[in-house]
Amino acid sequence: MNQGKLLEVDFGIGGITTQARPREMGDDLHSESMIVNLGPAHPATHGTIRIVAEISGEKILDADVDVGYLHRGFEKMCETVDYNQVMPYTDRLNYVSPIINNFGWCLTIEKLLEIEAPKRAQYIRVILSEISRVCDHLTCLGASAMELGAFTVMLYMMEARELLWDLLEEVTGARLTVSFGRVGGVKEDLTEGFGARMAGAFKQVREHLVNCDRLLTRNRIFIERMCDIAILTAEEATSFSLTGPMLRGSGVNYDVRKAFPYSSYDEFDFEVPLGSKGDNYDRFLVRFHEMEQSLRICEQAIARLPEGPIIVDDPHIALVPKDEVYNSIDGMINHFELVMYGVKPPKGSVYNAVEGGNGELGYYVVSDGSGKPYRAHVRAPSFIHMGSMRKMLLGANISDLIPTFGMINMIGGECDR
Amino acid sequence: MAAASRSIEELSGVLSETCGNYIVDSARERGDLIITVLPKDISAVLHACKQNPQLGFNLLVDITAVDWMDQRKERFEVVYQLLSIPNRSRLTIKVPVSEDSPEVASATSLWSGASFLEREVWDMFGIRFSGHPDLRRILMYEEFVGHPLRKDYPVQGKQPRIPLRGPEVENTARRMIRPDLVTIRPRVAASDASGGTGVLKR
Amino acid sequence: MFELLVLLIKVIVVMNLALVLGSLCTWLERKGSALIQDRVGANRAGAFIESDKWYVKPALPVVRMMGWLGFINTFVCDSVKGLWKEDFVPAGTSKFLHAVAPIIAVLPIMLAFAVLPLAPNFTLFGYNIHPRLAPIDAGLLFVLAMGSVAVYGVAIAGWTGNNKFSLLGALRAAAQMISYELPMGLVFVALIVVYGTLDVYTIVEEQGKMLWGVVPQWGIVMQPVGFVVLLLAGMAETKRGPFDLPEAESELAAGYFTEYSGMKFLLFWLGEFCEIALFGLLLALLFFGGWQIPWVRLPEGVWWAALVGHLVLMTKVVFFCVLQIVIRWTLPRFRYDQLMNLGWKMLLPVSLANLAITAIMKVLL
Repeated sequence: MNQGKLLEVDFGIGGITTQARPREMGDDLHSESMIVNLGPAHPATHGTIRIVAEISGEKILDADVDVGYLHRGFEKMCETVDYNQVMPYTDRLNYVSPIINNFGWCLTIEKLLEIEAPKRAQYIRVILSEISRVCDHLTCLGASAMELGAFTVMLYMMEARELLWDLLEEVTGARLTVSFGRVGGVKEDLTEGFGARMAGAFKQVREHLVNCDRLLTRNRIFIERMCDIAILTAEEATSFSLTGPMLRGSGVNYDVRKAFPYSSYDEFDFEVPLGSKGDNYDRFLVRFHEMEQSLRICEQAIARLPEGPIIVDDPHIALVPKDEVYNSIDGMINHFELVMYGVKPPKGSVYNAVEGGNGELGYYVVSDGSGKPYRAHVRAPSFIHMGSMRKMLLGANISDLIPTFGMINMIGGECDR
Repeated sequence: MAAASRSIEELSGVLSETCGNYIVDSARERGDLIITVLPKDISAVLHACKQNPQLGFNLLVDITAVDWMDQRKERFEVVYQLLSIPNRSRLTIKVPVSEDSPEVASATSLWSGASFLEREVWDMFGIRFSGHPDLRRILMYEEFVGHPLRKDYPVQGKQPRIPLRGPEVENTARRMIRPDLVTIRPRVAASDASGGTGVLKR
Repeated sequence: MFELLVLLIKVIVVMNLALVLGSLCTWLERKGSALIQDRVGANRAGAFIESDKWYVKPALPVVRMMGWLGFINTFVCDSVKGLWKEDFVPAGTSKFLHAVAPIIAVLPIMLAFAVLPLAPNFTLFGYNIHPRLAPIDAGLLFVLAMGSVAVYGVAIAGWTGNNKFSLLGALRAAAQMISYELPMGLVFVALIVVYGTLDVYTIVEEQGKMLWGVVPQWGIVMQPVGFVVLLLAGMAETKRGPFDLPEAESELAAGYFTEYSGMKFLLFWLGEFCEIALFGLLLALLFFGGWQIPWVRLPEGVWWAALVGHLVLMTKVVFFCVLQIVIRWTLPRFRYDQLMNLGWKMLLPVSLANLAITAIMKVLL
């Protein structure tokens, strides 16, 4: 089986053909392999992605993963706008946990400026990030469960997600396009009574999680579908540059929140669930238990929420309060400059990573001293995880492709940017 | 953060011991260690970073590139981000790559994850990675003309029509491909540029 | 002459029953799945209907209640939608086969309803009426044969879809159905050994007799293993529940009936639900005493006893339909090789062993 020649470059300028591979010596004479497109429009590939698989019966002999259907030119667009104007673009990267992308970008620019957001802003960031992370895991596990046939679990998780989105909406104003972070802090404070509503929502979310646990975790059919499928050892996982639940499912203890704590994460007490075998079931369990840990972090943060400003005090970075803008010349000039020319970090380059729902979400920003980034690059975990998909698919069944793909949690916006 | 920065001095020391002769420049910026390596040496440096037990960079976090246009002698700069999970330290390696021979040795033999990352750099910048098993475009379609993240590719670039793929359709349409329909704007000298991004006019 | 009239009435009744049970199952599915999934389900169509005409007004509250319950959505709207949709035949396939496949898949199911009795015999106006459409002696065998014929419809449907996904789905479905017919047949054989007849009416009658004077000789008491095997094999035959890989929406985009729309799709759909009802009916008749209430002996041959028996039977059938629906919405689905393992390596030996033990015990007791 010549693995490299599955898809011949046919047109001279590059291209993928969907013809069957010519029969060769050593092939089983009674069967021919079939090339199947799990094409960009497919119910199970959430997000547009195309997997060209050469299958023989049910077994996948080779697979080519074709990403890029949702490429929108994020990095090129970032070069044309201000640092704060990039925020809505980052929302649309990992659109199931958009707040984490926002805050990742803010933290990167703050690292470039060598400032730190005030404590209250950091705590608010932590709370909203963790709520968003729970939403991300709920979406991933719910969609995967539905594709495996457990429709009820999906709907329970969607119900839990709705409760959390209500919380996010009351603070940020939107469920998905939050654009809540600002360089130096956050846009607004938490609403009044947020803590009580959060506690109520968490209670219901936990009930739903218990139900889903009862339905899935020890279900014989589910275990057979997920266990021992798509195993990646720890060495393979690090070699494929996996991070997040994929890496922790293989047993490697790397969580950006613990290894390189940012935004006051070192002040909270939470555990990092680790898998042992590196199969789909481990990744499922890692995500499931991470949800509980995220809820714990939120509760600790809201209990110890410090008072203070929610954005840094520097008028060259953050918008000054409106009464100063209208009543003092400095205020007006600062406001004008900030809106017209944007935040101007010094020249240099910086890489900063946060723990996204899928793994290490990193931003590499090169600044040339002006208000617009010279180069902004997103290290998207989903994109890199798709690189490992081929290895996991070789020799698996077509039916195994679905849970494997579900556990990778490829988000189209993040993968293709 | 104190633990990480202490190890930056250590890291810097170990690096200069193991591959000091390869490192052209080393800088500490904002708590990170950034070293500059020439393209011909990058293979040896990455090898040392991964295999040396004191360095132990077992995760390749990111490969990306920057297009400096005329601001630097070497037009491109390939940036590697490495991570050592057991030592909890990061390293950034910058490799200046000239426009005449935009080619760097591939890291796929060390880290399998480099495969997709290098394909993206090839797609977006046109920098080849020698030794890559399957270097083709990843985010763009194969018939795309140009490399989008280069500074001379316009923000609103237009692409020529491409023929329908598939053996069912006769390929006479292929003769219609005209790469000259993509306007690659002529470069403006660095002194005229305003803030470095004047080449891209909206 | 009277016989002809009775036959006609029987035909109408049985046909209606099959279709009504099938439709009822679709309604149960919609509202039942909504209940399980913590949502409301269809409740809009007809719930807000208004009218000014005086002869329509009295009926409005009833109609609105039915609409709110989802009956109008399921029975009226879905049917009309199915009938009026464009019938699309994919290019390059035989139109005849495309049209005939749903018929082959559905007709045997309806035919199987014909040999199953729906109520005890009774006399009306002096005539003996046997509430069974076709008095075939080998009733069970006929049901089994009809299940086998339905495989053709599925295979042809997948083939005429003219795409690889349909084909994959059809192959999976055909293999699954054929594999699970074996344990089903063996359970029927065990039942024959226990009750001594292939005729379903006689089997139900036999279940009325008491075992050691204590408990009625219901199938569930005599053949508990057989009940479980038939439940699983039945769900696999109908491609329902955890065995719905051939129509796994998320993997194969609806599998073997991807290319069907409109009335043909409705035929498949309705046939599947009628098959659920059929297996519910089989389970009720063979294992749960049919129309009999335990330890209650109704007078024979009276028409109202037959009616009560029929209602009891329908209750049991609905119970089994609900059971199948609940199982479907609770469990994830099997992978294909796991499904085949279950059929060949687990159910077949179990049903063989069940048959052997039954035979031994029948000889001994």
